[in-house]
Amino acid sequence: MKADKEKLIVIGNGMAGISTVEQILKLSGSYDITVFGSEPHPNYNRIMLSYVLEGSKTINDIILNDLNWYEDHGIKLYTDTTVARIDSVTRRVITEDGASMPYDKAIIATGSSPLILPIPGCDKQGVVGFRNIEDCNQMIEAARSYRSAAVIGGGLLGLEAAKGLVSLGMQVTVVHLMEDLMERQLDHQAALMLKDELERQGIGFAMEKKTTELIGGKRVEGLRFSDGTELACDFVVMAAGIKPNTSVAKASGIAVKRGIVVDDFMRTSMHHVYAVGECNEHRGVCYGLVAPLFEQGNVLAKHICGVATQPYEGSIVSTKLKISGVDVFSAGEFIEGPMHTVIAAQNDWKHTYKKILLQDGKIAGAVLFGDVTEAAPLQKLVKEHALMTDDIYNEIMGGGCCGSSGAKKSLSVETMASEEIVCGCNGVTKQMIVEAITEQGLTTVEEIKACTGATRSCGGCKPVVEQILQYVLGDGFQSESKQGICGCTKLSRDEIVAEIRGKGLKTIREVMNVLEWSHPEGCSKCRPALNYYLGMVYPAEHEDEKASRFVNERLHANIQKDGTYTVVPRMYGGVTTPEDLKRIADVSLKYDVKVVKVTGGQRLDLIGVKKEDLPKVWEELDMPSGYAYAKSLRTVKTCVGSQFCRFGTQDSMAMGALLERKFERLDFPAKFKMAVNGCPRNCAESCTKDIGIVGNDGGWEIFVGGNGGIKPRIADSFCKVKTDQELVDICGAVIQLYRETGKYLERTSEWVERMGLEAIQAAVLEDEEQRMQLLDRNNFALQQVEEPWSQVLRQNGTRRVMYGEVIGDAPHNQLEV
Amino acid sequence: MDKTVKYYPAGSLEDYYVQMGRVVHIEGQEIAVFRTTSGELYALDNRSPHPKGGPLAEGMVSGHFIYDPLYDWKIDLRDGLVQAPDHGEVQTHQVLIEEGTVSIGMNSRHEQGIGT
Repeated sequence: MKADKEKLIVIGNGMAGISTVEQILKLSGSYDITVFGSEPHPNYNRIMLSYVLEGSKTINDIILNDLNWYEDHGIKLYTDTTVARIDSVTRRVITEDGASMPYDKAIIATGSSPLILPIPGCDKQGVVGFRNIEDCNQMIEAARSYRSAAVIGGGLLGLEAAKGLVSLGMQVTVVHLMEDLMERQLDHQAALMLKDELERQGIGFAMEKKTTELIGGKRVEGLRFSDGTELACDFVVMAAGIKPNTSVAKASGIAVKRGIVVDDFMRTSMHHVYAVGECNEHRGVCYGLVAPLFEQGNVLAKHICGVATQPYEGSIVSTKLKISGVDVFSAGEFIEGPMHTVIAAQNDWKHTYKKILLQDGKIAGAVLFGDVTEAAPLQKLVKEHALMTDDIYNEIMGGGCCGSSGAKKSLSVETMASEEIVCGCNGVTKQMIVEAITEQGLTTVEEIKACTGATRSCGGCKPVVEQILQYVLGDGFQSESKQGICGCTKLSRDEIVAEIRGKGLKTIREVMNVLEWSHPEGCSKCRPALNYYLGMVYPAEHEDEKASRFVNERLHANIQKDGTYTVVPRMYGGVTTPEDLKRIADVSLKYDVKVVKVTGGQRLDLIGVKKEDLPKVWEELDMPSGYAYAKSLRTVKTCVGSQFCRFGTQDSMAMGALLERKFERLDFPAKFKMAVNGCPRNCAESCTKDIGIVGNDGGWEIFVGGNGGIKPRIADSFCKVKTDQELVDICGAVIQLYRETGKYLERTSEWVERMGLEAIQAAVLEDEEQRMQLLDRNNFALQQVEEPWSQVLRQNGTRRVMYGEVIGDAPHNQLEV
Repeated sequence: MDKTVKYYPAGSLEDYYVQMGRVVHIEGQEIAVFRTTSGELYALDNRSPHPKGGPLAEGMVSGHFIYDPLYDWKIDLRDGLVQAPDHGEVQTHQVLIEEGTVSIGMNSRHEQGIGT
């Protein structure tokens, strides 16, 4: 059956080769595909290696196509197999170990390698490049045993490597030949701001230094520079550039300059052999970024499948640095010359910088630092050499005045080519998204994500996907706030809560029935949300629906990736006793707890408890649940305060414990963290808490809406109060307002932005009657809560069925099937 | 091909709460058994097909689907197939309910692979 299929061999199992294969699979089933890869892994997202190094992702997280994918698509994969050459006479691909395989067409997608500077000592131990998983592992390994590292090269890769090593606890110096970091992507000003920011993040720099030798014995001990100075280090990462991997092409007699020479359809000089991605050289350019390889892969896939396609005419590259807290972007030309008109805006207070270069009135390039929200439209405009207009100027450079966003959105996506890739992580084009919207009637980003995969990995393209939705649907588009809370309903949070109140709906099933849910039992998004809203509206009557709680809240413990759980006992205000500590130690030993971790919220976390042991652990700890798993008050972090600290003006430990006892166990829209400080030195970090409290000589200052997590936000000053009672009351009123108006999973940082600080202040501070009502409802809800661990221990049935496992008996019969 | 299926008694229907999953140990294997609102029981290997693995039994049950507890993959309890946009498959097992007694059917050879 497969005999009549043409044989396609792909040499290289990386992003370029496999994204081309994915495109080919979509276009045609007429190829029998074999892939050779030198690395032992399936295809992974190389651009995310920095996250692996930094520790925020694991190697499994960045796998793009797992082994099942190859199997499902009938692709034969040889990992750990390096191809030596292609024989055009016999039309066979020959591997290094001498095996050979016939092909009808072959694609070389061997990528690139780090350029190891050919200087004395470059072969010493402790010198690596940064290009693949092995390099990454070596770096993680090195960070365990060595302290100081030098990264040679202050480009994209070098800086990401440096940041990764800093996160791993190493002392890192970036050595750079030029005056400016990332000089191939940034101008002088942006490079300066970048260097400042990275220094703040703990990276050291040795600028304008040329490394001439790596010194040391068997293992590297330092660098020597051309000016005679030296830098001691015990680990070196070479990130001075990449070179295309061309050995297969060279050994096969294919034309190679810097890269494998290809034409506009990715054809090499050898008949039936193509090259795609970083290994090739197209019109004199070797690319080292991800977007061009998708664009090349698209053209190649169409060409190879006999589908009409425009020739590939080169890419306009844009760059984003993947270091958290450092946003830079550049596209096209970014160093001004005499032919350019420069539009620039620098803001030293907000640490942002924006520059657009025009040539003959058309947009030729741009640089952004600090705020990259305009990156997607700018990339588009640069690519099209769009004529600068007043509208565009106002959109990009304008002071962000409201009412103009609509114009901008249609502007950029309307003119976007169908072929253009919107989601770089998953290779989703504008056309694929438009088709999903028009042919399948999708109306939300969520649905598009589920259908096409766009926005799924890093999420950076979400604004563009939204714009495409808006553009395609026109008046039919409903902005995010008006969309249904999930795919099961078109109703928003506010509409649902109004219906619950108005129609007196009492159970999740009733809500779904009456409000005509499209999936009769809902999904993992709406069920927990409805359970929360019902509990918020009917604090006394609502019976918590366990089956609609996420596992952690259902079992009152945090599930870990191996199916074990963590236990965090309550320690009010982060204060414990020797007796409690002793009990925690005894229980940890008895139940073989894997790790005892001090958490960010000043608690002890017992990690690695088996599910069936949870009730026994709680029983023997004999302490209340610390709610570390819940959308509820997690912790009140405190400093030492006036009881002991010479600076303390208020008793922060006592106030923290009081607030924690008062507000614990109540369900909130999302997790909720507080802090109390005894003086403005703010040791317990109020500025990143949902409610942060700072003591002063005459009373307290209250801050709201802080967040230290995924989208950090400094809390807003809410008000100052004189007495402890006022403090507790205002906290209670703010909490209740948040409970009543917050969307499920919406943190206060987002809630404050959405509601407006003034509106919250008006409701809580200015309107005394409303404050009293909020407080009454808050107190009523607080009266209904119950300690969950002791509750489980009292309920034998729940304990047995929810926590215990069933042991199957001996088999009783056998059936032939 | 003939396959011999052995049925292992695994408690009574009351041992399974509606819209919840529970782990059953059978010959060294962990099976996740779910009870749906309509009263059916479904049994699957208690291992997520997600590359990072993890258990399934604590997932959220909706109709004849579960949302896995760690990565929110949607899996059809009837055939073990992972729903788009994710891919994968979990081995399913037969469940018999006779006079309130639950039995899980296991192939005599414990094949984990996907059938052809």
